[in-house]
Amino acid sequence: MELKRVVVTGLGALTPIGNNIEEYWEGLKSGKSGAAPVTHFDASNFKTQFACEIKNFDPTDFIDRKEVRRMDRFAQYAMVTAKEAMDDSQLDLEKIDKYRVGVIWGAGIGGLETFQEEVMNYAKGDGTPRFNPFFIPKMIADIAPGLISIKYGFMGPNYTTVSACASSANAIIDALNSIRLGHTDVVITGGSEAAVTAAGMGGFNAMHAMSTRNDDPQTASRPFDANRDGFVLGEGSGALVLEEYEHAKARGAKIYAEVVGGGLSSDAYHMTAPHPEGIGVVAVMQNCLRNAGMKPEDVDAINTHGTSTPLGDVAELKAIGKVFGDHAKNLNINSTKSMTGHLLGAAGAVEAIASILSLEHGVVPPTINHETVDENIDPELNLTLNKAQKRDMKVAMSNTFGFGGHNACVLFKKLD
Amino acid sequence: MSDIASRVKAIIVDKLGVDENEVVAEASFTNDLGADSLDTVELIMEFEKEFDIQIPDDQAENIATVGQAIKYIEEAK
Repeated sequence: MELKRVVVTGLGALTPIGNNIEEYWEGLKSGKSGAAPVTHFDASNFKTQFACEIKNFDPTDFIDRKEVRRMDRFAQYAMVTAKEAMDDSQLDLEKIDKYRVGVIWGAGIGGLETFQEEVMNYAKGDGTPRFNPFFIPKMIADIAPGLISIKYGFMGPNYTTVSACASSANAIIDALNSIRLGHTDVVITGGSEAAVTAAGMGGFNAMHAMSTRNDDPQTASRPFDANRDGFVLGEGSGALVLEEYEHAKARGAKIYAEVVGGGLSSDAYHMTAPHPEGIGVVAVMQNCLRNAGMKPEDVDAINTHGTSTPLGDVAELKAIGKVFGDHAKNLNINSTKSMTGHLLGAAGAVEAIASILSLEHGVVPPTINHETVDENIDPELNLTLNKAQKRDMKVAMSNTFGFGGHNACVLFKKLD
Repeated sequence: MSDIASRVKAIIVDKLGVDENEVVAEASFTNDLGADSLDTVELIMEFEKEFDIQIPDDQAENIATVGQAIKYIEEAK
């Protein structure tokens, strides 16, 4: 059977550098950092005391007060971006076949704050199990797509993919395949995460995974810089409306880009450390190109996973060198995590959106905070350092990798 | 209004997100105030916490309205 073509017809974003698509793109273009001292809890005893939090956000501006109380922040973020993407798509809920609309979401953890609060309450009590009836439904990672479907009445496939920091890239690829195979006409996809909590910060700190540059949070996320010392924890959400091409064309929808391929692979190496030669990362980019029927030379830009960890950044660039050969130096390579921090399960979605907006505007957002050259990195690579670069481009790649060795890669193409 | 009644009403307003003047004695949590099965469990737990009492499940099943909640708590205190 012939695979259907899939296009992006709606976008939504709630990020540490902008609370909607317009603000997010403005932040990306201008090289804005989303890092600041933690406000969600008292982090003064923590090794890392800053994060990329969502700012100036009141969920009751978007969601009924009673509903807000039933949602962990990760689900609130999901509802807000799904609405922005739905509004953007201008899908007519009266006209579409809701049995053919799915919601495939990504979350690396889910309701971590809810889990933390409930367990702490239990631990502080006298041993009587007094758990809130909303504890489980608020916490579970799959509640976000469940809530989105309840709001809009979408009765197609509905689930969350969990692959740590690759989660929402996995979701996008599942959404792509669902439409390609003709199972659905439309899928609301993306991801959300809200792990800036004591448990989240403490847990990642214990792994020595996060930057501790407490004296200068805004420059802490510095992918590819010689003095990078770990990722900066972020939170937020990105949502995309994926739609079958003919379905979108028939209703005259605005089309941002085509989703031309997705690749998946595993490192099969270590729980958290990346493979030093990036063999799984080589495989994922090759799988993605093959899936899209494209050659390395077709690609203009790569938004890397680039988390600003000492090992991961180098391994990923080595892998890009292996996959793209001489063409690697023609690519615009960047890491938008330098600005947004690491949104964990939402990273794949917000970074895919960055790639799509790059195609749309012909501008590659910068990798900010670069000061010192890392001698382990090929100097011929264009890492889009510190300033956005104009580039009229056709094809953009987005990489995301997760603890557990999960690798996911998505390719977007501007329609002719 | 008794102290207990006003505290019960405050909890209901907060948890169910309803207007205070809807919270009358005859109002049913599920039929009038929009509560679902999880909300009613949470309300009972909040009453237990606020008034430092235990409401066994078989008793909780009989508390379906604002007035029944106030009456139960007044008798339990």
